[in-house]
Amino acid sequence: MRLQNRSAYAFLAPYLLVFTAFWVWPIIDSFLISFQNTRVNPWTFNLPLNWGRLFGDPAFYNALQNTLIILIVQVPVMITLATVMAVLLNSPLLKARGIFRFAFFAPVVVGEVAYAAVFRLMFNVDFGIINKLLGGVGISPVSWFADSHAAMVLIIIAVTWRWAGYNAIIILSGLQSIPEDVYEAATLDRVSRFQQFIHITLPLLKPIILFCVVLSVIGTMQLFTEPYLITNRGGPGGGTETLGLLLYRQAFQSTNFGYASAIAYTMAALAVVISLLNLWVGREAK
Amino acid sequence: MKSKSKSTLIRSLALHGLLAPLAIIWLFPLWMMFVFSTMPDYGIFSPGIILTPSTGFMDNVRNLQADTNFIGAMTISIVVAVIYTVLSVLLTSMAGWALARYRFAGRSGVIGIILGTITLPYSVVVIPQFIMVARDFGLANSWVALIVPPLFNSLGVLFMRQAFSMMPGELFDAARVEGVKEWQIFLRIALPLARPTMAALAIILFLASWNNYLWPLLINSRPGMMTAPVALGTLIGLTRVSWGGIMAGAVMLTAPILIIFVLLQRHFIAGIAAGAIK
Repeated sequence: MRLQNRSAYAFLAPYLLVFTAFWVWPIIDSFLISFQNTRVNPWTFNLPLNWGRLFGDPAFYNALQNTLIILIVQVPVMITLATVMAVLLNSPLLKARGIFRFAFFAPVVVGEVAYAAVFRLMFNVDFGIINKLLGGVGISPVSWFADSHAAMVLIIIAVTWRWAGYNAIIILSGLQSIPEDVYEAATLDRVSRFQQFIHITLPLLKPIILFCVVLSVIGTMQLFTEPYLITNRGGPGGGTETLGLLLYRQAFQSTNFGYASAIAYTMAALAVVISLLNLWVGREAK
Repeated sequence: MKSKSKSTLIRSLALHGLLAPLAIIWLFPLWMMFVFSTMPDYGIFSPGIILTPSTGFMDNVRNLQADTNFIGAMTISIVVAVIYTVLSVLLTSMAGWALARYRFAGRSGVIGIILGTITLPYSVVVIPQFIMVARDFGLANSWVALIVPPLFNSLGVLFMRQAFSMMPGELFDAARVEGVKEWQIFLRIALPLARPTMAALAIILFLASWNNYLWPLLINSRPGMMTAPVALGTLIGLTRVSWGGIMAGAVMLTAPILIIFVLLQRHFIAGIAAGAIK
């Protein structure tokens, strides 16, 4: 037993060191920082300062509202699309499977900056290909960057493009683990394909879809790069400002680490609550 | 029999009729990235609809290089991603091995902390990480700052632990009876057997490091120490900048990883699926 302790910790030590220093301790530390006045030197504890400010700050409510709107619209749209992609990709009738898989999965490996740049050009008001194509079917140009509703739609489109394939990969691997004979029995009983999908596939996929929802909620909750780069620092006029962007500006532009930590913990708490809610809803309906 | 093949044909048509437009929409931004990267700025900002590439890619690379030292930033990104991947695979393999194959005091505690915190958003740690590395250690704009803090990633530990715990224990016990040392059992027997898992993990980690944006943006913002995504990001939103150049940079960031993706698609997908499902 003693030998096992020694060997185990010899193997664990290097990782545990990094894990403790750059993950475990910061989780605790940012909680502590959120109760400190970080605008004086040295920092002092001032329990109500940041949290009190948070709940009266219109900028926080604006960012919270934008984040939740994106979350509520984007996550269901994306997960539905990802499920459709996965189901269709799983069809034995599909030809040129490799090309389709490439089309949907490639955005997963594209970096945020590269895709942000392309989306800015594509949605350019005067010269962007999207407005030109919309013009071709008689729709007048949309001010994607000057109108805050359009800018929100743009963010939702961009995030969905980038992440739908990622979720489709996970859902597809779930689909492939459903044994064939489940369907064979249903086919013998003359259950239609659509009925099979509703009554067999979806219930079996439910845990995996819920898992994707939880992952996506956590990801979208922290949305930063898209509003930072695509809609130009949360523009127009804070119209696409998210909690992630507010945190960035408070911490790294105003160097108000205490207030930014309170925002960070709010994001974490919201992510945990929404995830648990999802899991609870999933369990309830079972 | 005949009606069956007819219904199959209809279903096949419906399937492809639904999937093909979706695939075209999905490929469109990537195609446009490539097209833009070959066009001069007056072509990108022209009233016509241009959907086919031109011949100006190298001109755009030169334009980009005039705006920022992108080749230098690419070099930093490559070096960082390679070192990070090697170190991270090594650290998480060792940790995964210990958690899979030894009974020791604190084992369930370590696993509990990893599992209990893995879904916490990164935003919660980014501020203390920054304060620690930039202020306390004074390591802003350094190689260490780019490589070491992201090594906390615990996905690999779970990944490798799973691979090691599925190996037959007799293999290692037999070696112990022969008097082989523990680190030799790990290096000579366990690691070679875990090679496919390590490959999948390495690809995912390389991708994460290559595309990492927020942390390098915060910690290495000095020109000359920026990674490629950060250097490219500084140009987006500037007024007097070559957009053809930015697109050439986007292609240089994306093309290598897309090629790796096509060549190693199975590992990629295994990595994403297994990492997610655990």
